[in-house]
Amino acid sequence: MDQLSPQVAELPRIMSERTIRISAEDVNIYYGEKHAIKNLSVNIPDKAVSAFIGPSGCGKSTFLRAINRMNDTIPNCRLTGDVKLDGKSIYDKDVDVVQLRSHVGMVFQKPNPFPKSIFENVAYGPRIHGLTKNKTDLEGMVVASLKKAGLFEEVKDRLHQSGTGLSGGQQQRLCIARAIAVNPEVILMDEPCSALDPIATARIEELIDELRQNYCIIIVTHSMQQAARVSQLTAFFHLGILVETGDTDEMFTSPKDKRTQDYITGRFG
Amino acid sequence: MPDHIVKAYDQDISSLKTMLAQMGGLAEDQLENAILALSKRDVALADQVIKRDEKLDEIEREIEEKAILTIAKRQPMALDLREIMVAIRVSSDIERIGDLAKNTAKRTHAISESLPRRLSTGLARMGVMAQAQLKDVLDAYARKDDTLAMRVWRSDEDLDALYNSIFRELLTYMMEDPRNISLCTHLLFGAKNLERIGDHTTNIAENIHYLIHGKTITEGRPKKDVTAMMNPSEVD
Repeated sequence: MDQLSPQVAELPRIMSERTIRISAEDVNIYYGEKHAIKNLSVNIPDKAVSAFIGPSGCGKSTFLRAINRMNDTIPNCRLTGDVKLDGKSIYDKDVDVVQLRSHVGMVFQKPNPFPKSIFENVAYGPRIHGLTKNKTDLEGMVVASLKKAGLFEEVKDRLHQSGTGLSGGQQQRLCIARAIAVNPEVILMDEPCSALDPIATARIEELIDELRQNYCIIIVTHSMQQAARVSQLTAFFHLGILVETGDTDEMFTSPKDKRTQDYITGRFG
Repeated sequence: MPDHIVKAYDQDISSLKTMLAQMGGLAEDQLENAILALSKRDVALADQVIKRDEKLDEIEREIEEKAILTIAKRQPMALDLREIMVAIRVSSDIERIGDLAKNTAKRTHAISESLPRRLSTGLARMGVMAQAQLKDVLDAYARKDDTLAMRVWRSDEDLDALYNSIFRELLTYMMEDPRNISLCTHLLFGAKNLERIGDHTTNIAENIHYLIHGKTITEGRPKKDVTAMMNPSEVD
C-alpha cells in the first residue's frame, strides 16, 4: 500500500471525485506488424468527459475503437492486455459484442444516419435490442432520446421524413439520439464536430456538457480548444504511447510532459 | 523550446517580450531620474520624468493590444498562454511603477526651496534599493530566472524595514518643529511611493514564478511594513 501512495497523490483530481467506468490494463494493439498502441493503462471516470488528443496516427482512435471492440472488424488487428467495463473484461469469450455495443455507443466523425426516417433512425436500436414493450413505449423512447439530444423541437413536425435530409449538425445530433436510445453507459465520439460549422459545433458541445451528467463520454478531437472546453480529463497520445493523463484545467495551462507542451502549443509536426 | 510551426506566432510572442524589455528599461530610467531629481532638487529633471511617463503608458497600451490580438488569433495554450498573461500583468505593474516614479518626481517642485540634506539621505538610500529590486526583477524576467525572482520576492522586506525607519525619522522631525511638516509629508509620500514600487517588483517576481512553473506561490510574502500601526507616541 505504501508503494502505491505516491502514485495516488498524482492521480487527476477528477478520478477521486468519480467512480471508474472503464479501465485499460497494459493494452497493446497491432495492425499486422504495426504496433499501434504500446503498453497503455488508463482509468476513465464515469459521469465525465474524457478527451483523447494527439497528432494524426498517434493511436487515439485505435484505442477508442478498442473500447467497443470496433477493431474486431479489421482483419489482422490484434489486441493484448485487457479493457474492462465496470470491472468486467469486454474481451472475455462470453461477451456478446452486439450487446456490448449497446452499452458502449459510438458517434463518428461524419454524421451517418441510416437512409430511413428520423423516427426509424432512433427506433431501430431499441427495437432490435427488444428494449420496448409496445408501440407507445417505443414512441416515448424515440421522443425522449431526441429530446436528450436537443433535436426534438427542430424535427417534431417531420419525424417521418428522411434523416439524411437534415443539416450536418442535426444529423450528428440524430446520431447521438440514436446512440442514446439503447440506454448506453458509455458514449464514444470520434471527432464528432470536425465536419460541422461553429454554430453546430457549439450545439454539440452544449449537448455533450448536458450528457455528461448521466454518461461516461470519451471524445477524440483534433481541436485542442474543444478538448479544453468540453472535457474534465485529457489524455495525450503520441506515437502509440499514452504520454500524459491529467485534469483538463491543468493539461492546458501547465502540462507536465514536454511532448504534451510542444503539441498543445503548436510546436511539433 | 522548439519554435512554433507557424513562424508568425513566434514573432507575436517575441515582439511582446521586446516591448516589455523596452518598457522595463524606460521604467528603470524614470525611477533613477525621479530619485535624482528629488534628492538634488532638480526641477528640470523632474519635469522630464513627468513628461516621459506618457511613453510608458503608450507601450503598455501597445502590449495590451498585441496580447489581446495574439490570444484572439492563436488561442494560446500552456506556456504560451502563461507567457501572454504574464506579459499583460507585468506591463501593468511596470506602468504603475512609472506612475509612482512620476509622482515622486512631481514632489521635487514642492520641496525644491530649502530641503535640509539630512532629510533626503534616507529617501535616496531607499531609492537605490528600489532601483536594485526593479533591475533584478527585470533581469529575472528576461532570463526566466526563478532563483533571482524569488530573491527579489524575499528581499522586499528589507525595503519595508527601511521604509519603517524613514517613517519614524520623518515623524520625529515633524514633532521637533512643525515647520518641517509640509516638507516631511512630501518626503513621506515619496518614501511610500518607493515602498509601493517594491510591492510591484514582488508582483512581477510572483508572475515570473508562475510563468516558469505554472503554479502560483501559495506561501505568504514576508512583510515588514508596520507603519499602518504606528502612532507618534511610539516615536522617540
